[in-house]
This record gives sequence, structure tokens and C-alpha cells, in this order.
Amino acid sequence: MPTDRPNVAELVEAVREFLTDHVGPNVEGQLAFHTRVAVNALAIVERTLAQGGAMDEAELLRLKELLHQDGNLEEMNAALARAIRAGEMDDQRAELLAHLRLTAADKIALANPRYLTPRG
Amino acid sequence: MTADIAENRAEVQSRTLTAVLNARVGQVYGPGTGIDGLVRLSGGASRETWSFDALLPDGRRLPLILKRDPLDEIDPGDADVNLGIDRWTEGRLMQLAREAGVPAPEVPFFLDADDRTSAGFVSQRLEGEALGRRIVREDEFTQARAKLAFQCGEAAARFHAIPLDKLPPLRNLPVAAALDYNQGVIDAFGQPHAGFEYAFRWLRERLELAGDRLTLCHGDYRNGNLLVDHAGLAGVLDWELGHLGNPISDLGWICIRAWRYGYYDNPVGGFGAVEDLLDGYEAGGGGRVSLETLRFWEVFGCMRWGVICMTLAFAHLEGRERSVEKVSIGRRAVEGEYDLLQLVD
Repeated sequence: MPTDRPNVAELVEAVREFLTDHVGPNVEGQLAFHTRVAVNALAIVERTLAQGGAMDEAELLRLKELLHQDGNLEEMNAALARAIRAGEMDDQRAELLAHLRLTAADKIALANPRYLTPRG
Repeated sequence: MTADIAENRAEVQSRTLTAVLNARVGQVYGPGTGIDGLVRLSGGASRETWSFDALLPDGRRLPLILKRDPLDEIDPGDADVNLGIDRWTEGRLMQLAREAGVPAPEVPFFLDADDRTSAGFVSQRLEGEALGRRIVREDEFTQARAKLAFQCGEAAARFHAIPLDKLPPLRNLPVAAALDYNQGVIDAFGQPHAGFEYAFRWLRERLELAGDRLTLCHGDYRNGNLLVDHAGLAGVLDWELGHLGNPISDLGWICIRAWRYGYYDNPVGGFGAVEDLLDGYEAGGGGRVSLETLRFWEVFGCMRWGVICMTLAFAHLEGRERSVEKVSIGRRAVEGEYDLLQLVD
């Protein structure tokens, strides 16, 4: 990836600001709704660029400990899913559940951090 | 299709439908009856909804809703369509629910499919609020909210009690089949998912908690499909995912966080307490449901929400329906995953 500025995060941020400040106020109805959806999607990309790397590293470490094997994140997650279905993780429930909860909390923090905050 | 042609086509559809409905209300309410104010309300991929009034010769005006099957081919990848029923069956379920004492709109007549229209049913257009986020928040529903969870339990007990031999043919989805169905949907995406695998494992180990009743299930019993007025529950709407299954699946579904609109302290639809829901269910004749059984179906509901989110995203990813909205919903699958992981042990 080029290191020249604007970097990827700055480009995404610029597009999100453009949609928020210039498109959103000038459209209505379905188009306004889809503009907000697009803004949210770009915000997910920005959070992932900022935090995703550290989350991936921690997740991969946990997976290596759980599965006693090596591989990339995608392979290891597929292996974990297969192992759960085959019942091979049944004797380490507590460790497995702790891992899955941490992973889901990280994914929520990227996808929709407000999900954990009540509005009521 | 250019905008002009689309507009022209909508106009032709609307004119044809006006003619169909004029003829039909004449048969139902007598000669001299006509319709007025026909407007298209929404168009999901799986059905069309129209609003209109029937004008009777004596001057009375009946506010009505038409729901009909789409005129075009249905996209087989649409999440709702996989389990969906046809409009005739949906209208029939609404009639049966109403006969069983469930607040539901009256269904005065049906439309048969012919060369001018697809099949559909017509129901009363009741007064009330169906928007979930208004129901949980607005002051005008404060009194309604106090009763709503109990009333939802009571209504569910009543439609769960409809004798099976009265029901039209429905898809049969007992708990094991429902688990297989959802697991099959995830497998088809080719994206193994550890969190949901844990849910499948956990649920399969506890099938005895699910209960063994098989009844009519609403299939999408939640805040958003309820019509609410100042007195509380005014109507149970949208029966298009009706099926035979475990009745408590409806109670678990109404409790998942997706329908709380931020009002997380009120587990039932963002408006009420679990205890009230279960008390209402018992009062309506559904028997006492244990918290363990409810938890089973809440975990199931969270998993199902995740699968629906993924299904919508994959409609985009597999090119059937490119949409920034659909693909973004894919990232909401983790809501179901996160919540179910808090519920399981």
C-alpha cells in the first residue's frame, strides 16, 4: 500500500464527510436513508482501519492457544467452526466461550459501538 | 427500465387494480359500491401492499388494505421468501387468529389470481401505530406500554391454541428442522462461523428444553408487526411467515434485542417485562413457560436474526440484488452473535 498521504483512512473519511455534509442535506426519502446507510458503512471501514489490526492479532493468538495449530485468521476460524460442530471443543467450553465473547465484542465495537449503550 | 416507462407501468397497474377492486367490492358489498383513494404503500420483494376505501351506496366509507403477491417473479434469494406463504394463506391465518380472540384486522374478502391481478387478501385498515420506535418512546403510548407485554403473551396463547385441523397447509418446522434449516443457510454461504456454531451446538444439546408442542406460529412476532393504540394491542399484523412449529419460538423472538429500539431494559419489544409476557401467556391458556425454555428460544432467535442479516448481505454479495442497505445489514449479524453468547453457558 502507498504510504503517501492521503492514506486510505483519510480518503474514506473524505468520502464519508462528502456524503454527510453535501449529499445527505440535498436528498430525501429513500435516497437520504441510503446515504445514512452508506455513511455508516464507511464509518465501519474507518474503525476497522484504526482498530482491526490489533484485534486480529489478539484473536489469532487466542485461536492458536485454543486449537494448538497455526494458520491465518480465516483458516483458523474455519477450523474452530468445524471443531465446534464436531464436538471437539466440548471439553474446553469455558475457554472457548471466553474467546467467542471477546471476538464478538470486538466485532460489535467495529460494526456498531452504540449497540451496547441503551437509549431508553 | 427508464423512469418514464416505470412510471407509466405503475400507472397502468394502478388503473387495472382499480378496475379489479371496483368489481370485487361490488360483489361483496352490493352494486353501487366503488373504491376511492387507492395508493401503493410498500413493495417488499415478496408482496405488494395497497391502501384504499370502499364507498358504500349508503355513504359509508370502509378503510381497507390489500396485500397481494408480486406480479413479477420472486427473487428466490429473498430472506422472507424462503419461508413465506402465499397471500391467500396469510389472509386465512389472520381470519383464524381473529376468530380465536386475537386482536387482528378483519379480512372481508380475497382476490383470486387472474390475467389482471395476482392473488391477495383485503383486510380492515385499523387505526393505530405500527412503528416500533414510536411505540417504545412516545408519551401517548405510556399506558399502552404498561399492558402490552401481557397482551402480547395472551394473544400468542390464543393463536397457538387454534386447532391444527382448522389451519390451511403450512410448512412444518419443528425445532430440529428449524435448526437444520438455519445451519444449512449458513453452510451455503461458505463462511464458517464459530459463534453461530456454538449456538447450534448449545441448542442441539438442549432440545428437550424447547418443548414438544407443535402449533401455528406467527413466525415474525415482534415489535414492528404489532398495531398499538392508546389501550394497548390493537392488532397482530404480517402473518406471512406463519408456519407450524414450537409455539415458544414466537415468545423468544419478541424478546430479542433487535426489536427494543434502544430500550434495552424492556426485554419484550422494548416496552415490557418477561414476567408480564409469561403471565399473559398463562392467562391466555398457553400454560406456564419456564425461563429456561424462553432462554432456549431467545438464543434461537438471536441466531435466527444473525442468519437473516447474513442472508440479506449475501443477496448482494452473490449479485442477486446489489444494495448498500442489504450488504450493510450483514454487519448486524454480530448483534445476534454477541447477544446469544451472553445468554449461553
